[in-house]
Amino acid sequence: MRIPCPFCGPRDSQEFSFLGQAGLKRPDPAAPDAQKQFHDYVHIRDNKAGMTKELWLHANGCRSWIVVERNTLTHEVTGSEFASPMTKEAAQ
Amino acid sequence: MSQLHRIASGGLINRTKPLSFKFDGKSYQGFEGDTLASALLANNVQLVARSFKYHRPRGILTAGSEEPNALVELRSGARHEPNVRSTVAELYDGLVAQSQNRWPSLGFDLGAVNSLLSPFFAAGFYYKTFMWPAAFWEKVYEPLIRRAAGLGKPPLHDDVDGYEKAFAHCDVLVIGAGPAGLSAALAAARSGARVILADEGPLLGGRLLSDKRVIGNQSGLDWVRATEAELASLPNVRLMPRTTIFGAYDHGVYGALERVNDHVATPPAYEPRQRAYRIYAKRAVLAAGAIERPHVFGNNDRPGVMLGSAMRTYINRYAVLPTKRVAIFTSSDEAYATAQDLIAAGGSVQAIIDTRADATISAPKDIPHFKGAQILNAHGNKQVQGVEIKLADGTIRILDCDGVAMSNGWNPAVHLTCHQGGRPVWDEKVNAFLPGTPPPGMSVAGAAQGHFGLKETLVDGSQLGAAAADELGFKAQAIAPPDTDPESLAHKPLWRVKSSSGKCFVDFQHDVTDTDIELANREGFRSVEHMKRYTTLGMATDQGKTANISGLAILGEASGRTMAEVGTTIFRPPYTPVSLGALAGHHVHKNFRPTRLTPSHQWAEEQGAVFMETGLWMRAQFFPKKKSEGWLEAMSREVEITRSKVGVCDVSTLGKIDFQGKDVGTFLDRVYTGTFSTLAVGKVRYGLMMREDGFVQDDGTTARLSEHHWLMTTTTAGAGKVMAHLEFCHQVLWPELDIAFTSVTEQWAQYSIAGPHARDVLKKLVDVQHDMSNDAFPYMACGAITICNGIPARLFRISFSGELAYEIGVPNRYGDALVRAIMKAGEEFGITPYGLEALSTMRIEKGHVAGGELNGQTTPRDLGLIKMVSQKKDCIGKHMSERPAMLEPDRPIFVGLKPKNPNAKITGGAHFLDKGAKPSLENDLGHMMSVAYSPMLKSWIGLGLVKRGRERIGDTIRAVDFVRGTEFDVEICDPVFFDPEGARLRA
Repeated sequence: MRIPCPFCGPRDSQEFSFLGQAGLKRPDPAAPDAQKQFHDYVHIRDNKAGMTKELWLHANGCRSWIVVERNTLTHEVTGSEFASPMTKEAAQ
Repeated sequence: MSQLHRIASGGLINRTKPLSFKFDGKSYQGFEGDTLASALLANNVQLVARSFKYHRPRGILTAGSEEPNALVELRSGARHEPNVRSTVAELYDGLVAQSQNRWPSLGFDLGAVNSLLSPFFAAGFYYKTFMWPAAFWEKVYEPLIRRAAGLGKPPLHDDVDGYEKAFAHCDVLVIGAGPAGLSAALAAARSGARVILADEGPLLGGRLLSDKRVIGNQSGLDWVRATEAELASLPNVRLMPRTTIFGAYDHGVYGALERVNDHVATPPAYEPRQRAYRIYAKRAVLAAGAIERPHVFGNNDRPGVMLGSAMRTYINRYAVLPTKRVAIFTSSDEAYATAQDLIAAGGSVQAIIDTRADATISAPKDIPHFKGAQILNAHGNKQVQGVEIKLADGTIRILDCDGVAMSNGWNPAVHLTCHQGGRPVWDEKVNAFLPGTPPPGMSVAGAAQGHFGLKETLVDGSQLGAAAADELGFKAQAIAPPDTDPESLAHKPLWRVKSSSGKCFVDFQHDVTDTDIELANREGFRSVEHMKRYTTLGMATDQGKTANISGLAILGEASGRTMAEVGTTIFRPPYTPVSLGALAGHHVHKNFRPTRLTPSHQWAEEQGAVFMETGLWMRAQFFPKKKSEGWLEAMSREVEITRSKVGVCDVSTLGKIDFQGKDVGTFLDRVYTGTFSTLAVGKVRYGLMMREDGFVQDDGTTARLSEHHWLMTTTTAGAGKVMAHLEFCHQVLWPELDIAFTSVTEQWAQYSIAGPHARDVLKKLVDVQHDMSNDAFPYMACGAITICNGIPARLFRISFSGELAYEIGVPNRYGDALVRAIMKAGEEFGITPYGLEALSTMRIEKGHVAGGELNGQTTPRDLGLIKMVSQKKDCIGKHMSERPAMLEPDRPIFVGLKPKNPNAKITGGAHFLDKGAKPSLENDLGHMMSVAYSPMLKSWIGLGLVKRGRERIGDTIRAVDFVRGTEFDVEICDPVFFDPEGARLRA
């Protein structure tokens, strides 16, 4: 399996480590139901069959956290971008 | 020792290079270019193996990697290798092979008695026979099965040969170098695309090495040579013979095994035996060819029964006449070419038995030709001695022969097209399963696509090779294929011969017969996947390459379904067996993973230190004074000297992360439980780090070196994970923070100098302008200094041991010199180096948490560190650590434990029970996490979690260790055993 790193180009998946679903927003710790929100943030995942956005760390590469678009049914990888909007901006 | 079955001329063998080899202790001769199988046949060795279940005599069925029967043990001693297919084992001088699965000898095998018991060994016999009584399983059945099962014996020694892992990249990977593969490679290569052409055999050419064909105005062989020469001349082409592409993985990644030195006795110096490649290919053309199907008839497994295509290979490529008087059993026109080749080679064709009544092809002159006839049964035991045939009119005849050549059509080698979930599709026109949906980027050419004619394969290859390059932007053109000599491909497979008396084998390697499949169907195992597992069809080392399709057809027939309805099982990698050694490459023994050495490693070695592995690091465990000093004695001495005088320890393995930027304080406030933004420049603070799920993941200290420059330390084991976690926090959670950080673990050597004389030692090293007094550099101070006349260093007054202690860091290159300088400076104070054992004992004496306590299941509250969690701010894990269950007063909490008998060697992992309480989950009070022998207290001591432990200080409970069989009374106490006021570290 190969993952396109926005910084390093297409690299073998062995260089990356997987975290999980991307796009989760860390809850506001001051919210009245913060504990419930944190529970969902830590434990509840969509576990989609199909196109997903996942967080990967290019651990043995540029150390960028990246968001990879991957189809969990076919393993097709359709794109990736830096997780950090700052890095994304700087790269453009 | 003449080779009686060697044909006088021809073949792709080198007659000037005779090779000697031994099979079952007997010496034979062959030629360079032979396989072990062809050399055995040249010497008329027909019986080469015994079968798996029934120990039936077996010969050589094929001439390729699909061979189910002729497996041998190759080489001896440490190079011994079981289950080698003799049909692909290249002969070398001095080759030694043994037959396997027989006792006492191949000719007389006592295991053959299984044949008589065959009613008990039918499909599913494991499940039926070994069910009752249950108590028999472990003592009787399992040892019995283990002794009987398997084919070759595994080697008893470590492999002495080397293996490599390698990587290769290309635009177009061509798999298989037959006519289709060669023309695909040529068409792609001429466009300038980078091409890799791989073939499992030592020679390129595929079937053109085995069949006498004409391409254009030259022989097939000359066409192969010319094509190979052109390919070899192109700089963008890499030819990889002896290389099997064994798996097709996601995104154009292919697994390949190159047998670099399997064809010699021992690999030359510095060369591996095999090399496992990962090939990254933008496009692939699969030209893996096809595998001929055997017929299923009575005793079709007798030595001498062979595939027709294999017979032609032995005759034309190896100049060997496998058997001299051959009955040809066919459902295909192809067999008539076999007849011609046999006759040309001086063999005798006893008859052509064609299952097709309407076959239009005519037999060579004077050869008995029976249309609409079948071979019912082969006679003979260790070799065919004749066949019983049933003619079209029903009459039975016995035909004298010593071999049978079977041709029943071909199965395209679609395996690699299935490795990513593609399912083959049955095609009525070619009577074969064709590739369904190949993996993205792969196209299938030639016989693998069911295009069996030579011209078709050339057209296919050239078109698909050009198309693959074209898609990648190269200007590729298909090459107009030359004409080929006429051939007849008509066939109509006969899946099995009915009304037969002997056993009819479908899967030769696993001894699965047609009746086994019928039995599976009768017993309800109708799904192809169920039938496979119940009968074990296709589950041997050959993965049913010659067996599966016949098996499916018989299942279809028995259950009234068509081939398309029955479907196939799933082909998975590897295509042919791959040795674990090749997959491991050089990552074995000490090289399994990298070793990290501390800056003081060489010095410690000189001191005779005993080392231990902690993660990847080798750390000094203790420094024995003399050889006889054990760890306990040495550790006690090191602790006593450190606590009474001074000691030094290499702590460079702790993770070090250098932070810069104006928002570092804010960031640390969010990732640590405590507050760091208020930390003054020149100060250090202890920090506790949780995961977002509320459990502690790591601890360490962070120093503020200047306004915007900080240095964090992590635990040795946690360094990697913490770094990734912090990067996540920064890049994903809070990218707006103005910080940058990087690991500097490898850049700094760091030593802890601890003990009452620590300052005295340090003063001798630190340059004079720095004031080292307690007032000027108090506990938890830090700063940049210079030592030994100007060498830059960082000094931290922090203490893990509880003593007056400093950690001093220098650029890594000074690490070795510094430890020597410290030892020299400390000599007058009686300094000792101390290792991990002493380090650990001292931290347990002080009740500091470490690896055993930071086990990912403890919250700050559990560890008695709730004061470390700021209540004024949020941090990673805060909310989750305050879930109701985490606040439950019954949750075990961190305490010290002291055995009532100081000599009682308490153990980590022991569980706590109240006196008199039965050991049960409900009565479990917690467990011991760390233990040490405390030289200061002259007693074993421990740290653990005890239910309501803080309220029970002074109580005596039991520490029960069922694993080690110990039970001791222990007293619950404060976790700080030594110097609870902390007076020493502030001295």
